[in-house]
Amino acid sequence: MWRRIYHLLVKEFLQLRRNKEARIHLILLPILQMVIFGYAATFEVTRVATAVIDFDHSQESRELISRFIASGRFQLAGLPANREEAREMIDRGRADMAIQINPRFAELLRKGQTAPVQVLVDAANSNSALIALGYIGQIGARFAQDYQTDYMNRLAPRYAALMPSATMDERPWYNPDLDSQWFFVPGVMGSLTLVIVMNLTAFAIVREREIGTLEQVMVTPIRPVELMLGKTIPYFIVGLAEVALVAAVGTLWFQVPFRGNPLVLLAGTSLFLISTLAVGLLISTLCSTQQQAFASGFFYLTPAFTLSGFAFPIASMPTVMQWLTYLDPLRYYLVVLRGTFLKAVGMDILWPQMVAMALLGAVLLAISVTRFRKSLD
Amino acid sequence: MSAGRLIAMARKEFIQIRRDPRSLLIALLLPIMQMALLGYGISLDAKHLALYVYDQEGSQDSQALLKHFQASQYFDLIRTVNNYHDLKRAIDSEQCKLGVVIPFDFSKRIRDSGSASVQVIVDGTDDNTANLAIGYSQAVIADYSAGVQHDWLTTQGLPVAGGGGLSIEPRTWFNEDLESRNFIVPGIMALVMALVGALLTSLTIAREWERGTMEQLISTPVTSREVMLGKLIPYFVLGMIDAALCAAIGVWWFEVPFRGTVWMLALTTALFLAVVLAIGFVISAGLKNQLAASSIALMVTLLPTSLLSGYAFPIEQMPAPIRAITYLIYSRYYVTILKALFLKGVGARALLGEMTALAVYAVIAGFFATRAFRKTLV
Repeated sequence: MWRRIYHLLVKEFLQLRRNKEARIHLILLPILQMVIFGYAATFEVTRVATAVIDFDHSQESRELISRFIASGRFQLAGLPANREEAREMIDRGRADMAIQINPRFAELLRKGQTAPVQVLVDAANSNSALIALGYIGQIGARFAQDYQTDYMNRLAPRYAALMPSATMDERPWYNPDLDSQWFFVPGVMGSLTLVIVMNLTAFAIVREREIGTLEQVMVTPIRPVELMLGKTIPYFIVGLAEVALVAAVGTLWFQVPFRGNPLVLLAGTSLFLISTLAVGLLISTLCSTQQQAFASGFFYLTPAFTLSGFAFPIASMPTVMQWLTYLDPLRYYLVVLRGTFLKAVGMDILWPQMVAMALLGAVLLAISVTRFRKSLD
Repeated sequence: MSAGRLIAMARKEFIQIRRDPRSLLIALLLPIMQMALLGYGISLDAKHLALYVYDQEGSQDSQALLKHFQASQYFDLIRTVNNYHDLKRAIDSEQCKLGVVIPFDFSKRIRDSGSASVQVIVDGTDDNTANLAIGYSQAVIADYSAGVQHDWLTTQGLPVAGGGGLSIEPRTWFNEDLESRNFIVPGIMALVMALVGALLTSLTIAREWERGTMEQLISTPVTSREVMLGKLIPYFVLGMIDAALCAAIGVWWFEVPFRGTVWMLALTTALFLAVVLAIGFVISAGLKNQLAASSIALMVTLLPTSLLSGYAFPIEQMPAPIRAITYLIYSRYYVTILKALFLKGVGARALLGEMTALAVYAVIAGFFATRAFRKTLV
C-alpha cells in the first residue's frame, strides 16, 4: 500500500515541479499578496485633512487648533472664512472634516459655561469618521482639563492641586502601537493558505478527470483510499511550506513578532490543513471541469473569509451570522495564528480552537471520503 | 464586421451559458450570496464590547465610575474579576475586548491628591476595534471626571470655570448615522462585478482551446473582432443584470440610501463592466490554460478591487507608493463613483474625472482585447 502511495506522491510532485504556472502560483503570488496587503490594509486614521473655521480668533481658540494639529492625526487643509466654503471643501474632497469654533468661544470658557465646538465630518467612511471623532474627543477633554487647572492656578493656587480628576491610562496589550499590520499579517497567512491548498487539491483530481488520465490511474491496482492519500499528502506538505513562507515574509519584512511556541502553530496548522484538504476533495467530487472547480471554490471561499473575522470583527456581525462563524475552520485558525504570533498563548488557551478544528476536519473528511469513493465508481 | 456573424456568435455564447447551469448559477446566485454575506458580515461598528472589571477598591467612587461604563451603549459589562491573572486569561481567550482596572487607592487619590488614574487594558490585536474602544473609554472617563470636578467645585464654593468644558458637536454628513454598512455596501457592488466579470470571461477563450473547439471556430469566416464582441455581449448583459440585482439588494434590503440618478449608475456600471470584461478576455486569450487564466484574472481584478479600490481600506491612509499605484486600479474610480452616487448624490459634473478615467481604461482594454485574440489566431 505505502509503495503505491509513494509512487503517486512522486508523480504529483513531478507534475507540480513541471508546471511553471504553479511556481508563480505558489511562491510569487503569496509574497506579492502579502506585501500589498500588509501595506494597503489599514484602518488607521492619520493625516485627516481638516479645514478650520475660527470665528473667535482668541488665544484659546488658537491653542485648541494647534493642539489638534500637533497631535499628528489632523492636517490643516485650509482656513475657510465661513461654513459654505468649508462645505465646498468637503464636497470636493479637499477636506475630510471641518472644525468650527464659534465667536464667543473664549468668553464662554472664561465664564465657566460649556463652549461648543462644531465638527463637520464627511462620514461616508463611517469607521474613519468615528475614529477621528474619538481623537477629537480625547484632545478636547485634555484641553478642557488643562484649561481648568490653569484657571484654578490663577484663581486659587492652593486649591489647584486638590481638584479631583480621573484620567485614563490606556494599555493596549499585544500590540502597543496599535499597528494594523500586526493584525492583518496573521490573517493574510491563514487566508492564503486556505486558497492555495484548497484549489490545488481540488484541481489535482478534477484536472485528471477532465484530461481523462483519471481512468488510467483507475486501471492501476491503486485503491480509492490510496489514491486519496496520494492526492492529499503532497498538498499537506505544500501547505506547511506555504505557511512557513508567508510567516517568513511577515516576521522578516513586516516585523510582526512571533512570540509563541512554533509547535503550537504547527499543531494548529496541521489541523487546519486537514479540514482544508477535505474541502478541496469535496469540491473535486462535485465537479467535472476545472472551471466548475474554480467557481465552486468561490462559493466556499467568500463565506469562509467573511465569517473568519479576518478583517471585520465577528462581534459586530448579526447574531445568526455569528453562529455561522462556528462552522468556519478559518475562524479557529486565525485565533491560533494571532494567539501564537502576538499573544504567546499555548495549548491551555487554544485547546477549544484545536478541538473545534479537529471536529470540523473529521466531519468534512468523512463526507468527502464517502463522496470520493462514490465519484470514482 | 458583419452583424449576422456577430449575432450568431453572441447566440452561440448565450446558448452555451444557458446549457451550463453551473455558470448561470454563478452569474446569478453569486452576486446575491455575496451581497447578503458581505453586507451582513462586513461591519466595523464596535458596539457592546465585552468589558471585564477588576475593581481593586470596591468603593462608592469606583462603583459610580463603573455605572458610567454600564450606561454606555458601547460596552457590555460582562464580569468582575479579582486578579490580573483572570483578566489576562479572559483577554487571551477572547472572552473580553477590554478590562478596566480601578486601583485600590482610587477614591483616596481622587480626594487627597487630586488625580487618580484608571487603567484601561485593551486587546490590541485588532487595532481598529482597540482604537474605537480607547476613544469610547476616554469619553466615559472624561465624563465621569467632569462630574466629580463639578461636584467638588460646588461644595468648595468655587466658580465652575470651564466646568462644562468643551462639548464636541459632530455633524456627520453623507452617512448621518455612521453606519459602516452604508459605507461598505456600495463598494461591495464593485467587488461583485469584478468577481463575476473576471470569473466568467476569463474562461471563455481558454475553454475553447482546451476543449479543442477553437480550431472549429477559426475555420469559420468569423473575424477576431466579431469573436471578441460576440463573446462579451452575453456576459455584458449578464453583468448588467447582476448590477441591477446588487443595487436592488443594497437599497431595498440593506436600506442604503441612493441619492444619485439611475442613469448615472447605469452608465458608469456599463463603463466598468466593459473594462472588467475586456481585461478578462485579454487574459483568457493570452493564456490557453483555464487554471492559469482564472487565477491570473483574479489577481488583476479581484485582488486590486478588494485591496486598492478604497472600498473598505481608505486610500488616504496608504503609504505614498501604494497610493500612487491605486491610480492605476480602474476599480478605484468605480468605487468612488458608487459611494458618491449612493451617499452623496452628486451629479455627473463632479464625477467627470472618474468617468473619464474609466472610459480611457475601457478604450485601452478594448484595444488590447482585439489585439490579443488576433495574435493567437495566427
